[in-house]
Amino acid sequence: MSEIKTDLVDVQIDGAWHQFPKGMRMIEACRQAGVEVPHYCYHPKLTSPGNCRMCLVEMGMPPRPAPGADAPAPDENGHLPIAWMPRPVIACANTIGPNMGIRTTGPLTEECRKGVMELLLANHPLDCPICDQAGECSLQEFSVEHGKGESRFRERKVKKPKNVAVGPRIRLDDERCIMCSRCIRFTDEIADDPVLGFTDRGSHTVLTVYPGRELANNYSLNTVDICPVGALTSNDFRFQMRVWFMRETNTIDTNCATGCNITVFARENKIYRITPRQNNDVNSDWMPDSHRLNFHWIESESRLTDPLVKDGDHHRLASWSEALATAADKLSALDGSEIAVIASARMTNEELLIVNRLVKHLKAGHVDTVARVGEADGYLISADRNPNTNGVKLVLGLENPGSQNEAIKAGIEQGRIKAVIALQENLVDDAGFTPELLGKLDFLLSTYPLANATADASDVVLPGASWAEKSGTMINATGRLQRLNKAVDAPGQTLEPWEIVRDLIQATGGGNGIYAVTDLFKQLAADVSEFSGLTWGQIGDLGVPLIETGVTIPLLEREKQRIASGLIVG
Amino acid sequence: MSGISYKSGRVPHAKEHRVVFRNIDREGWDTSIATYLSEGGYEQLKKALALPKQEIIDEVKKAGLRGRGGAGFPCGVKWGFIPPTNTKPVYLICNADESEPGTFKDRYILHQDPHQLIEGMAIACFAVGASLSYIYIREEFPEAAKIVEKAIAEAHEKGFLGKNIQGSGFDLEIYVHRGAGAYICGEETGLIESLEGKRPYPRIKPPYFPAAMGLYLCPTIVNNVETLCHVKHILEIGADAWSKTGTPNNTGTRILCVSGDVQKPGYFEVEVGKVTMGEVINDLCGGLKPGRELKAVIPGGSSAKVLRADEVFTVGRGDDARQLTIWDIPMDFDTLAACGSMAGSGGVIVIDDSRSISWVLNNINNFYAHESCGQCTPCREGSLWMKKITDRVVAGKASPSDIDTLYGVAKNIDGRTICAFGEACSWPTESFVEKFRDELVSDTRPELEGAIVNAETLTAAAGL
Repeated sequence: MSEIKTDLVDVQIDGAWHQFPKGMRMIEACRQAGVEVPHYCYHPKLTSPGNCRMCLVEMGMPPRPAPGADAPAPDENGHLPIAWMPRPVIACANTIGPNMGIRTTGPLTEECRKGVMELLLANHPLDCPICDQAGECSLQEFSVEHGKGESRFRERKVKKPKNVAVGPRIRLDDERCIMCSRCIRFTDEIADDPVLGFTDRGSHTVLTVYPGRELANNYSLNTVDICPVGALTSNDFRFQMRVWFMRETNTIDTNCATGCNITVFARENKIYRITPRQNNDVNSDWMPDSHRLNFHWIESESRLTDPLVKDGDHHRLASWSEALATAADKLSALDGSEIAVIASARMTNEELLIVNRLVKHLKAGHVDTVARVGEADGYLISADRNPNTNGVKLVLGLENPGSQNEAIKAGIEQGRIKAVIALQENLVDDAGFTPELLGKLDFLLSTYPLANATADASDVVLPGASWAEKSGTMINATGRLQRLNKAVDAPGQTLEPWEIVRDLIQATGGGNGIYAVTDLFKQLAADVSEFSGLTWGQIGDLGVPLIETGVTIPLLEREKQRIASGLIVG
Repeated sequence: MSGISYKSGRVPHAKEHRVVFRNIDREGWDTSIATYLSEGGYEQLKKALALPKQEIIDEVKKAGLRGRGGAGFPCGVKWGFIPPTNTKPVYLICNADESEPGTFKDRYILHQDPHQLIEGMAIACFAVGASLSYIYIREEFPEAAKIVEKAIAEAHEKGFLGKNIQGSGFDLEIYVHRGAGAYICGEETGLIESLEGKRPYPRIKPPYFPAAMGLYLCPTIVNNVETLCHVKHILEIGADAWSKTGTPNNTGTRILCVSGDVQKPGYFEVEVGKVTMGEVINDLCGGLKPGRELKAVIPGGSSAKVLRADEVFTVGRGDDARQLTIWDIPMDFDTLAACGSMAGSGGVIVIDDSRSISWVLNNINNFYAHESCGQCTPCREGSLWMKKITDRVVAGKASPSDIDTLYGVAKNIDGRTICAFGEACSWPTESFVEKFRDELVSDTRPELEGAIVNAETLTAAAGL
């Protein structure tokens, strides 16, 4: 007989016995036992209305002996026989109990699934060839696995509103909607903006937005992600690309210190879509619209594609070796105390490590990054709009990143600072350095993905890759080490910033033996005690806790409360 | 009932046994509290307030009172489901959403004897510990709402509602809540959602059993109007005497509402199980219409499974097994269940041989397609589908295999929905097809087999 722990119960799933915590939802117990129960309305982060009926399974409990009759005898493993109930039950909202039996196969469950599929498709337009959801549609997937293949529906389908702008970023096709209510629950329970609801009755039920309101909150596009069908589509993505053509890259969002885990969808080096990727320690299943849509600049016409060297009033194209030699010439002529390095808290730990080496190599007297502070939104967006401020503190060793900007400006003004190396920062537009001030410098080198006013004032301009074009690690607001993974190739001659800094060190007479970003990570593990013993592989897709910051993410705190109260699975 | 005279033409039949309907159509009776008090009104409430609460609950349990709203669940047992450890407020809701087609009993209580209901509710509230109670009245009863509002005000004035009722220390407020015209609001969790101001989407059970997590997630008892009225009478004559009416496990009286093809349709309060279907049709209702023959009876509201006139029912087990014709069926909960149908809400719908079964079924399907709340898939999509098929059967545009589809759709709804509406909308189709398949098929046209029904739509979709 298996050892019985107080909080575990024995559950038989498709004939095999398992042990799971008492009170676990049946659907989660099945999932952990490796059995998928198809579902539409159930979402572990939302309440369970049990409305789609796709997760119906056969359930049984030990038979209750008639009064006076003997209790059923347990088998040699201590399990009681199971009396199967004639009616199916929903696996999403019902919880497991001792000696419960669940059958996800067999005639009853299969009939239920076939029946629900046929009914869901009865009034569905079946316009898959022009539907954005095709390829990632639960209706398609479960039709293949559990459907009948042929419908008996010979009636006219119900006509409903199509192509409805429910908000600035989302369109609704009510005919495709299967009334699972996930979007309604998300806007109500997570986004605190309950503008969606159902009107009309029965088969004529339509999802609609409250009169005079729109689905405009900064988390609205998450409803498109959780829509199991093609009812809600993103204006930004609709009709752009078939999902099966795209390559998915697991990476992180760099728009703020939260570091939402994301998936970048790209085809032929072009990003088409970003979706949140589940990480219950960072962003749950969600991300803000403003961050999700902030990628189109990556293919901007203003992208820098080649190194540039200033020749008189104009910049001209140069090779990497010429640009770096020009920089080396200028820098070698200066004393370290006359050089300021302004790096970026958008850089990875690996980049910051090699920046640190550059600073030491040049004996640069001044080093800082640029602070970016906005308002925290009380959900996922951190007030710190830099993704790696904690990395700057830990790896570059700055106690208070951004605090030296004014001192550097004063040093330039007073002629004490004669050269600035601006790495992945736009000093003019983002840090308040005026072109006039920068004009006082003997030498300005800048790296950035885009042409801008700082590049305009620079003597040497080097194209540095954007976040989507490079790999590395970052430490988010809560102290979690996460991996940024390259999703697309950078345009033209663009290099990853760590490569630029490495080459700059070499051009100024230094050496290192760094050939890959993973070499830098090994150095981090050797040089920075917090990284000690960590490997690139260990970080994985979900990251690892690295340091204690005491910072929490408000949305996650509320999620924990809902899990504790049993409202959601989590 | 000596000494009571009824309005001309409204005199109860000799086979009736009027308890709850005692004052309905009574000469000289009105809805005022003065009239009610002149006949011993609110005496049972006064008596109850002096009793231990558990004693009242035990008395109702002992009487065997079964819910008169449709499910026939024992009322006292339901009251006992409130968790003993409960610390939240308890609510009692009177379900006056009487909307099952064929049922028209509660409206007469609300219209003619509202104080009987208020007294029953007050006793029930005291027993279950509810200080706040609602009467959920369907939108289609505007007059009833006015009358009950007035009665509540009168009861307040006389100290039968409000603070410290009759010096007992028990407080009770009753509010009337008007529905907005949806059948689903009669389902108790749908009703609760509606009362909370939401769409009446029934809740999943588990976990939302009303007695534990009902209105505002507090323990809530939902009882039908007629059920609550009986509480008063159980207290008045005692559970023993009360349960001597009716038959074992089917105690008391209940009101049958007979409609359809009989000479004198109407409402009749009878002892449960003491009157047969034959007596209902032939005696209480004066028989079928001249020259007509009985074709079928729907015995408990339109969602009950239909009984065919020439069926022979076997009820009882072993030595007690006996065979009944439709005429012999005693009108009680258990026998009608044994006959494969249900006593339901007491709405008896009589169908004679002048009726087309296809038309009757289509009529019922029309109702359920219109009233499905649309929350869960099978009922939402299936109810309209069934209606569309029977639309075609009636119009002569169906093929014989459509009847198989019709039956298959019903089977895909039955037992797979959140609430009992799934059974309510699928049982008529299931039973009609099982029992009248030949007649339904005779209304179809074999030559339409395989024909494209929605050619217009398909043509449009193909851009032709």
